Amino acid sequence: MGGFFHRHRGVTPYLLLAPGMLWLAIFFLVPMGFLGYQSLQSGEFPNFQFTWQFSNFSTALSDYHQQLIRSFVYAGIATIACLVLAYPLVYWIAFRAGPWRNLFLLFIVAPFFVTYLVRTLAWLNILGDEGPVVRVLRDVHVLGPDGRLLATTFAVVSGITYNFFPFMALPIYVSLEQMDARLLEAAKDLYASSFQTFLRVTLPLSAPGIVAGTLLTFIPAAGDFINAYFLGTPQQTMIGNVIQAKFLDSLDYPTAASLSFILMGTIMVMLLVYARVVGTEKLTG
Amino acid sequence: MDSRMTRGELVRRGAAGVTFLSLPALLAACGGGGGGSSSSEQLNTVMNFANWPYYIDTPASLKKAGIDKPTTLEQFTKKTGIKVNYYVEINDNAGYFAKVQGRLSRGQGIGRDILVSTDNDKFLGEYIDNKWAQKLDKSLIPNIKNLIPAQQHPPFDPNRDYSLPWASGMDGIGWNEKVSDPVTSVKQLFEDPKLKGRVGVWNSMGDTLGLVILENGDDPAHVTDAVFNRAIARVQKAVDSGQILKFYGNDYVPVLEKGDLKATMAWSGDITLLADPKVHWVVPTQGGIIWTDNMIIPTGGSVPTASTYMNFMYDPEISAQWAIGASYISSVTGVKAEAVKLDPKAGNDQLLFPDAKTLSRMHQNDPAMFTNPKYNKKWLAVQGQ
Repeated sequence: MGGFFHRHRGVTPYLLLAPGMLWLAIFFLVPMGFLGYQSLQSGEFPNFQFTWQFSNFSTALSDYHQQLIRSFVYAGIATIACLVLAYPLVYWIAFRAGPWRNLFLLFIVAPFFVTYLVRTLAWLNILGDEGPVVRVLRDVHVLGPDGRLLATTFAVVSGITYNFFPFMALPIYVSLEQMDARLLEAAKDLYASSFQTFLRVTLPLSAPGIVAGTLLTFIPAAGDFINAYFLGTPQQTMIGNVIQAKFLDSLDYPTAASLSFILMGTIMVMLLVYARVVGTEKLTG
Repeated sequence: MDSRMTRGELVRRGAAGVTFLSLPALLAACGGGGGGSSSSEQLNTVMNFANWPYYIDTPASLKKAGIDKPTTLEQFTKKTGIKVNYYVEINDNAGYFAKVQGRLSRGQGIGRDILVSTDNDKFLGEYIDNKWAQKLDKSLIPNIKNLIPAQQHPPFDPNRDYSLPWASGMDGIGWNEKVSDPVTSVKQLFEDPKLKGRVGVWNSMGDTLGLVILENGDDPAHVTDAVFNRAIARVQKAVDSGQILKFYGNDYVPVLEKGDLKATMAWSGDITLLADPKVHWVVPTQGGIIWTDNMIIPTGGSVPTASTYMNFMYDPEISAQWAIGASYISSVTGVKAEAVKLDPKAGNDQLLFPDAKTLSRMHQNDPAMFTNPKYNKKWLAVQGQ
């Protein structure tokens, strides 16, 4: 065996790559090909025919652009909220929490021990009109007598923010934690104020974490449907809800498939623009 | 795993599965949750039953009615030795159909011997027309003679070869006294500012639009484009004004009980089985819709096992106990006489035995409405989908 690898040294990397490639081929390329095939079909369930129906894409886009835009707006707000909330927290954990670091990290990850669906359902109860939060807010007149949290855009965006928070927090934590603390001392020695140190040293060094965090948050958030389904109303429907309903309720596979491609394509374009703006070296750390 | 499956059988099926490189086939053999039926012709010791929530007599509902008997499911097991895995897994017809149609369309079983589907939607017809439902073994169902005449020749199954009624029920309005004044009409449901954002409707077109069509003064049994569009416009208005919280399947019940929904379109027996004295149900002032849920045996289900159960349920005495315990309408003749023996008050319960006056306020939907693709598209659009 050893002799074989020695004689065919050039082949070894490919052999090592093979399982991963095979995995991608079976579980990514094949379903994508099938999805693409479905997106160009026409007809009614269960009699779909492949007819190169490119108009599926234009029809889907004109029928559901509203939900598509809404998804990106919600995902964008949630991503920014995650960043604003996560950064100070993990900064504190990385630099100030000392021996308690791991405990606090555990707190961030702990909700993940419970399944996504159950976590969201919990919010349904917490934010509910007859739930404790709304009652208190009504009593202290933050909310009017008919004021509510559930079934609002606020509830949906909050749900997404909550559910994707660790995806933002952990990459930033890793990039901060790896930082050489002596760089901060050096900045101080060179008469930089705390703010300047943060802006010129800490922030740029944590940029790969921020970029990774934004991507890990924004991309799944844009396709999310659980939060809008449980915490919103028909007026907060996101593109994920439409795709879900088309696939699973109305069995309109062609429209569902073309919407999936539109979502993927839009995210891809956004990603490319983002990479252009922030530079690819930050994407890869 | 099915208790009837021998090791030899498993090995044979495993081998077959490997031969065709078909993991699903192997998984199917090992049974979706509690044991798939090993053969359509074989009588099993286990029956897998897929049903809706709030749809069968429970120890609590029997106790409330003062009936000191085991549940009908327990009595069935005692009588026949067949254990029932009762899966409460159908929340709406569309969602359940979508879940099972993939396997059924490939001729594979779904690990269920009976499922329940509503005549007030297009899916019951789809199961039967696509040959995804198996013929009942009527030789095992002598009690089929007790099927009421009105249910003997429905359009989707004219000779009752594939289906038997599980229950009939009524579309109406439920409201929660803790958070709302009485709500008695669809107009009030859709327009009363006090209910804003706390109103539920169904995600099933027939149920919701049936009630709206009645509110509009139109006839749900003859749905023209104009009638349909008027109804859709009314729902759209209630969505746009923020009146409607959500389009529900059977999952509206706990939300109504909690009070997050002040009022909602609701099915007749659900509210009774909920047994919350503060939650009420009414027939809307403009009338309600009556429908019937039907048992079918999906592909792969055991016909003898399912037929044995159906025969059991068509015994008037059993059906009477079930009707009292579930608060839905039985399609079995002689049930009323048996029910009164169990609970003298049951005879006057309009949810179980609607009298001529109640029935005169009930309407049935035009079946052509469900199958019209144009209508289905509009119905999804109004839900933001």
